[in-house]
Amino acid sequence: MALTGKVWRYGDNIDTDVIIPARYLMSFDPQELASHCMVDIDKSFAKNVQKGDIIVGGKNFGCGSSREHAPVAIKASGIPVVIAASFARIFYRNGINIGLPLLEIGKDVEKISAGDKLSVDTATGEIKNITTGDVFHAHPLPGFVEDIAKAGGLINYIKEKRKNA
Amino acid sequence: MGMNMTEKILATHAGLKEVAAGQLVTCKLDMVLANDVTAPPSFKEFEKIGGPVFDNTKIVLVPDHFTPNKDIKSAGLSKAVRDFVNKHNIINYFEVGRGGIEHVILPEKGIVAPGMLTIGADSHTCTYGALGGFSTGVGTTDLAVALATGEAWFKVPEAIKVKLTGTKPAGITGKDVMLTLIDMIGVDGALYKTLEFSGEGVHSLSMDDRLTIANMAIEAGGKNGIFPVDEVTLAYIKNRVKKPYTIIESDADAKYCRTVTINLNELVPVVAFPHLPGNTKKVDEIGDIKIDQVVIGSCTNGRIEDMRIAAQILKGHTVHKDVRCIVIPGSQQVYKESIKKGYIDIFIDAGAAVSTPTCGPCLGAHMGILAAGERCVSTTNRNFRGRMGHVDSEVYLAGPQVAAASAILGKIAQPKDLQ
Ligand code: SF4
Repeated sequence: MALTGKVWRYGDNIDTDVIIPARYLMSFDPQELASHCMVDIDKSFAKNVQKGDIIVGGKNFGCGSSREHAPVAIKASGIPVVIAASFARIFYRNGINIGLPLLEIGKDVEKISAGDKLSVDTATGEIKNITTGDVFHAHPLPGFVEDIAKAGGLINYIKEKRKNA
Repeated sequence: MGMNMTEKILATHAGLKEVAAGQLVTCKLDMVLANDVTAPPSFKEFEKIGGPVFDNTKIVLVPDHFTPNKDIKSAGLSKAVRDFVNKHNIINYFEVGRGGIEHVILPEKGIVAPGMLTIGADSHTCTYGALGGFSTGVGTTDLAVALATGEAWFKVPEAIKVKLTGTKPAGITGKDVMLTLIDMIGVDGALYKTLEFSGEGVHSLSMDDRLTIANMAIEAGGKNGIFPVDEVTLAYIKNRVKKPYTIIESDADAKYCRTVTINLNELVPVVAFPHLPGNTKKVDEIGDIKIDQVVIGSCTNGRIEDMRIAAQILKGHTVHKDVRCIVIPGSQQVYKESIKKGYIDIFIDAGAAVSTPTCGPCLGAHMGILAAGERCVSTTNRNFRGRMGHVDSEVYLAGPQVAAASAILGKIAQPKDLQ
C-alpha cells in the first residue's frame, strides 16, 4: 500500500512521556489521546497534523514506558506510518500489535527533513523522498510478525488463528 | 551449541530444545501482570477475543500508579480493575492498603521465582530478572492476548554480558552500578537485547541492589536484565517462594554479542542529569546544584534497604529549609518494617513527608508534582522531560544515599559532604 505524506521530524530518544504525558493517561479514548500527542515537545503537532502526515524520528523512538497509549495517540492523529533510525522495543511491538506500521531505516533518516514529502510502501518497505529524490529501504518484518501486521494487529491475528484451529 | 540464561528460559517455555538469537518463538507464560493504567484498556481488547482468562492463578493485578485514587477518572480505572478481578476470580490482586508498587511486591511475596517467564504491561517488569527469571514489559494488546491465551511471541534477543569484577564498596548502591552502566553503553546500548550480569562482583550485591539494577535494564533499552542464582538469591526466596522453581545457568560456551566489564571497586556515587538516564555524572564533579525536592521511593529504590540507607543518613539531621523531602516505602511490608526499625520516626523528625506506598510522583501522577523551573533529586528511574510535572522542571536520578544527603544540604550531595 503506497502512502504519500508530509514529514514531522523529531530527534533521538523520543520517549513515551513526551508522546503522551502521564497526566493524560486517565483516558484511553484514541481521539482524546491524539489531542495531547507530542504536546510537551511540539505544541503545534496536535493542532496542525493532517491525516496522512508521517512522523520521522531518530534513534530509539518510543523509549520509556510500555504505555500503548503512545502508538494509539499517534495512530489516532491520522499518522499512517512512523519511520525512525531505530525503535525502542516495547513501542515497536505495541505498534505492530495495534496495526501501526513502523519502518526502521538506520542512518538514512538523516536524509529526511521536516516538511519533506515522502511516498511509502509499507508492504515492501520502500520509501521515496519526493522532495529530494532519495530512495530508502526499511528492514523487512520477520516471520509471523509480518502476518500480525497483515491481519491489522494482534487481536485480529489471534481471532483468525482461533477460528481456523 | 551453548545457550545463555535467557535463551534457555525462552526455549523451555516454547517447548523447544534449542533457540538462537533472532528466532521468533511463542512461549507459555508463568505469570502475567498489569496495573491500573495498563489493565483497563486491555480488558476491552480481551473482550474482543472472547472466552475466559487462561488461568486465574497466573494473573497479577496491582493498582499502584494513580492510587489511592487521585481523582474521579483514576477511581474509574481502579474500579475497572476490581470489577475484572471479581468477574474472573483473580487470586493475585493487591488492593490499596494490602500491597504496594507492583515490582516491589511481586518478588517480596514470592510470586516470581528463578526460571520463570513473566510478562507485564509495565516496562519495569524486567525487575524480576534479579531472581534469575526472564521477565519483560509489553503493552495493552499483548496483555489482552496473554490474559486470554497465556502465551506471547518473542524474538530471542542477543545478549550482552556485563562482567562485574571486584567487590561493591560501602557507600555505593545498585543505583550507582546501573547508572554507570547506562552511561557506558547508552540509553539504547541494549536495544532489543538482554543484559546478563555475571562475574564474582555479583555476590557482593544484595538482592535489593540486584532488583534496582534489573529494574533499569529498560533504561538502557534492554528487553530484560538477568542475574545468576546464588546464595543471596536463595536466602531471599526462602520462605517467600512456595512453589517449585528451576535454577538456570548459562552454558560455558554461550554466545554474547558484546562483553562490558565494570570494576565495582572503582565506583563512586553518581547522578543522572536531565533529561536522560544516561547523562551520568560523578557527584564529586558537579559543583553546586540547588534543589527544591527529594523523592525517595519507587519500584527502583523503595525497598527496605533503601529506607535503611536513607534513615542512617538522615538520622540526627534535618531536611534543608528550601527542600521538600518525600519518602514513599514501596510496599506495606516495607512500610511496616520501616516503622518497626524506627526509620519512619527518623524521616518525620528530620522534616520529611512519608506517604503510603504508591507510584505517585515517579510518573508525575500525584504526591509531589514539580512546578516550572523546579529541580528534584529522585531515586526513581526516569528523568525524561516533564516526567514529574511541568515540562520545565528537572529530575536528577540517584541512589538513596545521594538523595538523603541532598535533602539535608539543599543541593546535590553525597554522604561525605555532611562531615
Ligand atoms: S514506581 Fe514509577 S517506574 Fe515503577 S512502576 Fe511505578 S510509575 Fe512505573
